[in-house]
Amino acid sequence: MSKAQLTFSDIDVTVTVPAGVRVIEISEKVGSGIVYGCREGDCGTCLMQVLEGWNNLSSPSVLEDKILRELMAGKHYRLACQAQVLGDVVVKPA
Amino acid sequence: MTSLTFPDCAIPISNRVHWIGAFDPLLRSFDLILKTANGTTYNAYLVRGQQGVAIIDTVKEEFAEEFFKRLESVANYDEITLIVLNHLEPDHTGALPELLKRAPQAYLYISHQAQSMLKGLLKLDEKQLQFKPVTTGDHVDLGDCTLEFFHTPYLHWPDTQCTYLREEKLLFSGDVFGCHFCDARLFNDLVGDFRFSFDYYYAHIMRPFKKYVLDALTLLEPLALDLIAPTHGPVLRDQPRRYLQHYRTLSTPRKEVVDKTLLIFYISAYGNTARMAHAIYQGASTVTGLRVSIFDLQGGEVEPFVDLIEEADGIVLGTPTINGDAVKPIWDLLSSLAVVNLKGKVGAAFGSYGWTGEAVNMIESRLRGLKLRVPVPGLRIKLIPTEEELATCQTFGQQLAETMTQKQAVRELDFSQI
Repeated sequence: MSKAQLTFSDIDVTVTVPAGVRVIEISEKVGSGIVYGCREGDCGTCLMQVLEGWNNLSSPSVLEDKILRELMAGKHYRLACQAQVLGDVVVKPA
Repeated sequence: MTSLTFPDCAIPISNRVHWIGAFDPLLRSFDLILKTANGTTYNAYLVRGQQGVAIIDTVKEEFAEEFFKRLESVANYDEITLIVLNHLEPDHTGALPELLKRAPQAYLYISHQAQSMLKGLLKLDEKQLQFKPVTTGDHVDLGDCTLEFFHTPYLHWPDTQCTYLREEKLLFSGDVFGCHFCDARLFNDLVGDFRFSFDYYYAHIMRPFKKYVLDALTLLEPLALDLIAPTHGPVLRDQPRRYLQHYRTLSTPRKEVVDKTLLIFYISAYGNTARMAHAIYQGASTVTGLRVSIFDLQGGEVEPFVDLIEEADGIVLGTPTINGDAVKPIWDLLSSLAVVNLKGKVGAAFGSYGWTGEAVNMIESRLRGLKLRVPVPGLRIKLIPTEEELATCQTFGQQLAETMTQKQAVRELDFSQI
């Protein structure tokens, strides 16, 4: 199984994860400041900034894209409950 | 009951604007969370421009007829060119479906974040709705006057915005600067004493969003203001700027302490959780740059603790497990925190247990649910802590303190370790 490095820059923690996990599955366990509301891509609470490795996350679904547009989020912002880690990324709370 | 007579026609509040809302003098509880000792009002407004009529917000559904009667006293439905929704909560959009039937030509102006809520409220397909999402800098022309929009999210929903009628120096503020107070005389210089209602409303509705209040004030303070027209309570025409200043005072942190602060709250049946609490206190106190305090929940009232937590950087909660649950004083404290913003604060849980020990995990889940981050896994100790276990408690406190003061080294973990 391929591995990737997921770094939370707000707490200086890097976790080696199997490719495909969602950020939500890791961030709460290590205590990153990314916080969650509905946990299903509808409320936008878990907006995070992707500092490095933008292309190493799964593409936003139509629904996630809609929420990101409603939040007027910039290009390098994603929902942590939706984004899957496919390669090395560095993220922090928005 | 009230002794004042409520007028049933529209009330002029400026040259171009009429109040067309509704009085609800008998309401005693609002949204389940607020007491309303003398009721409330649902304020809606009508702006008459040379090129059309704008409706600003509507009323709760059961007051729709009152609203339509007032509207009809000053305008025809076919004159309505647009409807501004500053906030989509049902007490302001209850009459919207019927209004759209009566004025189908009207265009809706809402914030970007209101779009999904609008669809949720009206249960209509996007194609059936005529709406335009707007933000700060956008405006709509009514001929001789202009409505300007200000993006003021989270006051107190994500969708909230304010609308400004520059020609009359009039701000339609939505729930901001509102209160639950019902008085037929409507204007702040005529109604009874609503200071308590104003502060009570702020404390329950706006307090969790202080940061957003300050952001909004930065946008609104430069505006010339003759009148503030909120969606509840008196219309503020006497010294309107005073209410902006008051909001700024209420929203500015009181904090005098420069260091970060960590609060330890515990409750203990046989003294074991208390022993853990004091060991955690000792451990956390070894770290510089952090002010640590410890409180026994049995010796205090919840409300002042909520005030303390609002301005703290972290909280640690200690509870025994009794009958498979955390004990009531802990839940009471947690359920009282909905009025403050906890996002990003550090949280942690610990406790002694005799049998099953579920409480710590439950509290951790609740802390996460309240949007705290829980960087150090909770600590559970079976019955009486040994010296070794108390040392573990000290380390737990120290780890938390180091996390909060960012003294913890950069960590690299494997998936299997978390």
